[in-house]
Amino acid sequence: MAEAERAVVVGIDLGTTNSLVAYMEGDRPVVIPGVDGSNLVPSVVALDPVPAAGGRPTVTVGNSARKALIETPERVIYSVKRLMGRDVEEVRTELKLFPFRLADDIEAGEVPRIQLGEMRFTPPEISAYILRQLKRNAERFFGAQVTQAVITVPAYFNDAQRQATKDAGRMAGLEVLRLVNEPTAAALAYGLDRAKEGTIAVYDLGGGTFDISILKLRDGIFEVQSTNGDTHLGGDDIDNLLLAIALDEIHAEHGVELRTHPGAVQALRKAAIDAKIRLSTEPAARFDIELPNGDRYQREIPRTVFESLIEPVLARTAGPCKQAMADAGLAPEQIDEVVLVGGSTRIPAVRTLADELFHLSARGKKPHTELNPDEVVALGAAVQAGILAGESKTTDDMLLLDVTPLSLGIEQLGGTVARIIQRNSTIPASATEHFTTGVDGQANVAIHVLQGERELAADCRSLARFDLKGIPPMAAGLPRIEVRFLIDADGILHVSAREQRSGKAAEIEVKPTYGLTDEQVENMILDSFDHAEEDFSKRLLIEARNEADAILAAVGRAPQNSAWNDLSAEEQTRIAAARDRLTMVKQTPNVAAISQAIVALDKATRHFAELMMDAAVSSAIRGKTMNEAGEEVNEAVTAPHDFAPAEFK
Amino acid sequence: MLKVIENAVPVACWSCSVAHNESTLFCPDCSKIQPPTGGDFFSIFGLEHRLNIDLSALEQEFHRLSRRLHPDRFTRASENEKEWSLADTALLNDAYRTLRDPLRRTEYLLKLEGGELGATAAGDKDRENIARVPADLLEEVFDFNMQLEEMRMSKKMGQEDLELKESLRLAMDKFKGMVDAVDRDLRAHWTVWDAGDAVARHPAQRAMVALLDQRRYLSNLVRDVTEILGD
Repeated sequence: MAEAERAVVVGIDLGTTNSLVAYMEGDRPVVIPGVDGSNLVPSVVALDPVPAAGGRPTVTVGNSARKALIETPERVIYSVKRLMGRDVEEVRTELKLFPFRLADDIEAGEVPRIQLGEMRFTPPEISAYILRQLKRNAERFFGAQVTQAVITVPAYFNDAQRQATKDAGRMAGLEVLRLVNEPTAAALAYGLDRAKEGTIAVYDLGGGTFDISILKLRDGIFEVQSTNGDTHLGGDDIDNLLLAIALDEIHAEHGVELRTHPGAVQALRKAAIDAKIRLSTEPAARFDIELPNGDRYQREIPRTVFESLIEPVLARTAGPCKQAMADAGLAPEQIDEVVLVGGSTRIPAVRTLADELFHLSARGKKPHTELNPDEVVALGAAVQAGILAGESKTTDDMLLLDVTPLSLGIEQLGGTVARIIQRNSTIPASATEHFTTGVDGQANVAIHVLQGERELAADCRSLARFDLKGIPPMAAGLPRIEVRFLIDADGILHVSAREQRSGKAAEIEVKPTYGLTDEQVENMILDSFDHAEEDFSKRLLIEARNEADAILAAVGRAPQNSAWNDLSAEEQTRIAAARDRLTMVKQTPNVAAISQAIVALDKATRHFAELMMDAAVSSAIRGKTMNEAGEEVNEAVTAPHDFAPAEFK
Repeated sequence: MLKVIENAVPVACWSCSVAHNESTLFCPDCSKIQPPTGGDFFSIFGLEHRLNIDLSALEQEFHRLSRRLHPDRFTRASENEKEWSLADTALLNDAYRTLRDPLRRTEYLLKLEGGELGATAAGDKDRENIARVPADLLEEVFDFNMQLEEMRMSKKMGQEDLELKESLRLAMDKFKGMVDAVDRDLRAHWTVWDAGDAVARHPAQRAMVALLDQRRYLSNLVRDVTEILGD
């Protein structure tokens, strides 16, 4: 327990395009880099080829997985966030522009599984692989286990999407202490070093989602007034526009249909993304792609053309912004500061639009872009992690009061929706409703819970169907069942019920419309843990074999060194024996045995290493300049391998 | 700080065993959170049942209590404490949302105090929208609804009847004015109610129920016309 209390709580931005992990280093949030030194881990997961020896293929995440996109596109998945908490039909529609597809035998009502090579994964499992990579990066950085995290989600994520994210955390071996809304996290990061009061709007256009949140800052309390957004709008849509144009033009001008070549589509997508990024700083960008038939597709896109192309995409952010202001009861002039978050806000046209929406330049103001828009959400997640850990003075006075983005309702007779918790209610929020029976002796009552703003149940998102069971037999209308709906601080719904006349706690059977059951999640944890063990031991084995190869190569070169002749025959035999032993053990998958053999060979060659060093030093003394001698020493005095460093006394 | 209910039974703190008042959120002795006792929206703020409320004091108290009760403060606490913090914070948020809004506050209090009378006004009817048409508005509302329908039709046909639009705009302004008048009336009754005289309270309560009904009806009209004129 004491150990757990000291452990670091990390903040994770699980993004559509990139993911990051950060923590509070004293009083400031810091992003933790990966082994490659990069702060961003691309949210790409690849399945390596099936090993020749059989067994399960390993899973890679990040930059290495991204490289596989072009070579083995059928074994790679990206932008999985767009699939989180969605049903089979939605995923089917979504996947039209992606190279991966649903597993064949999926039925409506099931949690969709994506076919990846010969395996299939649910979206939360894919996200779990990304989270596990971030967890490992953090563990490598701290040299200690990391088990608790705050994970960010788009503010406009519904219950199913939030639950799916939490499930992913659990599968990755992380206790998710809190889900934080991304724009709110950004506000925390910005609010940290400026003890400001006032009203701020956070405009967050990321890879796949758009959020707008309006917050009031006062005495360290960040109180969200309203939020709105579109979980289906982001940089991906811009990429897809450019991609579609290129695919059409290539088809029309060169007669090549690239859509049937997933690898080529991915190469083109990469070119489209590069062009988009260049267009943020340059007046034009060029496509120059070699086609399979040897032709070249060359195309220049001026920024003006690009801007009119993406105008309809950007315009879709205006509605949510206006609605959020209306819900908060605020006019644009009453917004003191606007913060831009998400990589897509680097696009000048997005900045212009934000400026217009909030009348900024008219008021002599500029949107805030000081913090890196790719990192600010992760930094904010770290701040929230600090608040939860309660160990930092900086975050001691800070408190985040967030809201639920969507209204919660119950289906009534006739298919209309009765709202029981309004959108933009501060969470945790609750509502208590009373239900009764319509038939004498009725023992069950079914309740259909929905999320959304529309009048008809059919137009809202179905959250779950609750079956109240075991109602004591009574005349119709007599039972009085009290049902309590509670949205927790993560924005996730909990339901409890009680029959008031009998005082009996009614039994509730929850059938989530989308999402995994507890048991399924549990199984996926074990699964991914098994894989994790497997992956981890594979990694260890590969590392041990590489190490063995390095020392064997050095020992192989040893007889060419004059110092070799200074060894006794006995010593030479001992080295040869240790060498042969390692050569043999290296073939087995026994990591411990390989390591032992490496140590043994290292010991056997220690005297030789000393002799070699002496020889080098004495040759330096024989009339050479110190500089030359130094170079020669450096070259010749390398120990047989990295782990037996030469020592100068 | 916390409201003391006179006939409350003292209970022992689960943590330090010191007896305290039943309705206490935190043990006065060891400051640990206590099991929720299910008070009403006024009691969690330590307020009397009154309709005139100091909103800035309410906000301050909301922030002060949030800082202590919010689940963020209980990440490392026991499962029980976590659960209580969640329940208390939900109640606090529900209470703040209701009390800071003059209409919701009035409806809530009438329901709390008025039994059946208030329940028909503020309870289930709210979502069924069966508010009665105020008698003196009957004819006007009839005409207005005709115009709304006409407007919808012409919009569907892609036409724009400017005269009709103007007439609807006038109607909207009129209804908005009536909403404001209802609000003024309501506030006058608040003061009567808050004075606490039992004889004066009853008619004030009845009047408020009627006014709330009227207001609900009027705001629905305003909402409908805003919707059609809006886009």
